[in-house]
Amino acid sequence: MSAPTLRVVHLYPRLMNIYGDRGNIMCLRHRCEARGIGFELTELGIGDRFDSAAADLIFAGGAQDREQRNVVEDLLATKADAVREAVEAAVVLLAVCGAYQLFGRFYREATGMELPGVGIFDLHTEHPGEKAKRLIGNIVAELVGPLPSSGQGGHPPITIVGFENHGGRTYLAPGVRPLAKVRSGHGNNGRDGAEGAVYRNAYGTYIHGSLLPKNPAFADHLIGLALRRRYGDVELARIDNRAEELAHRAALRLRP
Amino acid sequence: MYPAFVNPRASLAILAGKAAGTASRLLGRGGGTAIAGVVALGVDQGLVRTLSRQAAAGAIAVTGTNGKTTTSLMLNRVAAAAGLRPLHNRSGSNMMRGVAAMLVDEASISGSIADAARRLAILEVDEATLPEITREVRPRVIVFTNLFRDQLDRYGEVDTVARSWRSALRGQGTGDRGQPQEEPPTIVLNADDPAVAHLGRGYGGPVLYYGVEDASAGGDVVEHASDFRTCLECGADLAYSVTFYGHVGHWRCASCGNARPSADVRLTRVTARGDATEMAVATAGGELDILLPLTGLYNAYNALAAVAGATALGLPSEAIVSALAEFSAAFGRQERFQLDGRDVQVLLGKNPTGLNQVLRAVAARPGRKRLLFFLNDGIADGRDISWIWDTDYEVVQPQTEWALAAGTRAEDLALRLKYAGFGEYVEIERDAATALRRAIEATPAGETLYVLPTYTAMLEVREIIAKRAGEGHFWEGA
Repeated sequence: MSAPTLRVVHLYPRLMNIYGDRGNIMCLRHRCEARGIGFELTELGIGDRFDSAAADLIFAGGAQDREQRNVVEDLLATKADAVREAVEAAVVLLAVCGAYQLFGRFYREATGMELPGVGIFDLHTEHPGEKAKRLIGNIVAELVGPLPSSGQGGHPPITIVGFENHGGRTYLAPGVRPLAKVRSGHGNNGRDGAEGAVYRNAYGTYIHGSLLPKNPAFADHLIGLALRRRYGDVELARIDNRAEELAHRAALRLRP
Repeated sequence: MYPAFVNPRASLAILAGKAAGTASRLLGRGGGTAIAGVVALGVDQGLVRTLSRQAAAGAIAVTGTNGKTTTSLMLNRVAAAAGLRPLHNRSGSNMMRGVAAMLVDEASISGSIADAARRLAILEVDEATLPEITREVRPRVIVFTNLFRDQLDRYGEVDTVARSWRSALRGQGTGDRGQPQEEPPTIVLNADDPAVAHLGRGYGGPVLYYGVEDASAGGDVVEHASDFRTCLECGADLAYSVTFYGHVGHWRCASCGNARPSADVRLTRVTARGDATEMAVATAGGELDILLPLTGLYNAYNALAAVAGATALGLPSEAIVSALAEFSAAFGRQERFQLDGRDVQVLLGKNPTGLNQVLRAVAARPGRKRLLFFLNDGIADGRDISWIWDTDYEVVQPQTEWALAAGTRAEDLALRLKYAGFGEYVEIERDAATALRRAIEATPAGETLYVLPTYTAMLEVREIIAKRAGEGHFWEGA
C-alpha cells in the first residue's frame, strides 16, 4: 500500500481566519510531512461545492461578524448538507470560535433574533447584549473523553491551551459531551466549566492561539482519527516535539 | 487674543498634572508619560479642548493601524521647517490621557500655551480614541493611514474600529450645540486601502486622497494578513490589479463598481537607494522629489501620508521636501544605534501587517541577517499572540544566519519560527538584557543586528540600549 495521505478541506480560509487560524493548517501539514504522510489541502470559498467523499478532515476558523454573515448564507446553501453527511460518515471536523458557533443549532442575537446554524453540534449560542463583557483571555482546559490516555488509568489529564475571545455564550444540550473541562479561563459560557463540544469525530472549540501547534497531542489525535478511518491501523511515528512542549508548558502558567 | 488666565479649573488641572508628572519622573517611572494626563483630566475633563484650541494654526490628527507615529513625526518636522512650533504627543502615548499629558507639559500654570500664534497641534491618535479627540480638539485635518487587525482583545473586531471612525466623522460640519460649524475637517485618506477610502463616501467635508501609482512597487498576490477582501458596499470579492501589502493596492469591486478613488497626492515613482528611498510625488502644487532616509514601502506610505497631510494644511513644498530629506526615525521604528561596534537597528512590529512590512524591508537589505525577535503579551501589545501565525516570518528565513526568540511569550515565538523553517529548536531567552547581550555577541563587529520587538519590548530594548549608550531617556525628547 502506498503511503497514506491526509486530505484536508479548509472552509472559507479567506473569510474565516481572524485569530491565526492558518497555524492550524500549517500544523496539520507539518505533522504529516514530518512523518512521510502525504498532505493535500483544498480551500473552499463562497460558491464552491463541497464533496463529502473527498475529505478526511474539515477545518473552519473564526470570523468577524460581517464575514460571518456572508459565510452563513453560503454555508447553508451550498455546503451544510455535505458537511453533515461527512460527519455522519466519521470524517473529522475541527471548528474553532466563529465556526464552532455556526456548526451549532442556532445563534440568538441580543435582539432575540435567531440565526440558524448547521446543526452538527446539539448546542446553541446566545449573545448577551453589547453591555456584557466579551470572554477574552488565556485558557487552560483538560480534555475529557475521547483521548485514550486522558485522565484514565492513572495518566494525568491531557491539557489543551490557547486564547479565547468571544461575545457569544454557548450552551450544550443535555447529554452533549464537552471537549474539555476549564481549568482557568471562561470556556463555552463562563459558567458551567465546559469548553467546546464533541459529536462523533467532530470537535468544536473556542480555543485559538493557534490551537493545534502548541497542543500536539490533540493535533495527532485528529490526524490519527482521520487516517485510521480511511486506511485502518495507522501508527503515527514520534517526531520532535521540543518546541511544541515548551510552548504548551509555558501556556499552562499564563494568567487567564 | 487668548486670556492669560483661562479658568481656575484648568489651572488646577495643569498644576495637578505637572506635579504628578514630576513625581512619576522622580520615582523613575520612565515612559509612564500619561500619568500627568490621567491626573489632569481627573480635575478638568475639558482640559484638552481648552488647551488644544489655543493653537492658532489649529490641529492635525493622525490615526490608523500602522504608521501613525512615523507619519506624525514627519508632520512635526515639516511644520517646524515651515516655521511653526508643533504641539505633538511624540512619546507615542496616543489616547486622551497622552494628549492631555503633552498639553499639560506645554501649558503654563495660568492655563495658556506659550507662543500660541505659531502653534500647530499634531496629534497621533489611537484608533478607538478618534471620536473623542475629534469632538474635543476639532482638528482642521485628519489623516487616516490604514486599517488592519490589531490587538483584537482590546479593540474588538476591525469592523468596530471602522464604525467608530465613521461615527467620528458623522458629527462633523456641525458645531458644539448642533449649529453649523464654519468648516468641517479635511479628511486625508489612503485610496489604496478599501476600508480607509470608504470613509470618503458620503462625507460632508473636503476629502484628499493619496495613493501609490507606481505599480512596480507591488505584486499580484494578496497577502494572508488582509482584512478587507470584500466590498464594503455590496459584500462581493474585491479584485486587485496590483497589491502593495495586505489588502492595500489598486482594488475594484467587479460586482457594484465601487473602486479605488483616483488619488490627489500620488507616489508616481519609488526606488530603493541603499539606506534611503527615492520618491516622486505629484501634488496639485507640482511634483516633489523626495529622498527619504528610510527603507521599506511602508515608510514611503508614511511619507506620502505626511505629504498629503501637510498639503491639506497648506504647508509649503520646500518645507516638506527638506524636512523629509533630513528625517530620522521615530523611536523604535527603524531606529539605529551603535553598540559595541555593531550597527543595531530596532524595528517595531506589533501586528501581522506591520511586521510583514518590516520583515520584507529587512529581507530586501543585502547580506546574511542576525535577528533578535521579541514577543510580549502586555496590555499595550495585545494579550492574544495568535497573530504571529498570520505573520510571514518565512520571508527572512533563507537569509538568516542567527536568530533568538525573546520576550514574555518567547516559547510561542520559537514554535512559530520552527514552522517558518528556522530549525527544529530556536533558542529562547526570557530576559531582555541577556537576550540583547547574546545577540550582540552573535553579531561580528561592523555587522548589523536587527531587533524586532513588539511595543512593550521595544520600550524595554530602547531603555537597555539608552543606558548602555549613555544617552538620555526617550521621554525627555530627542
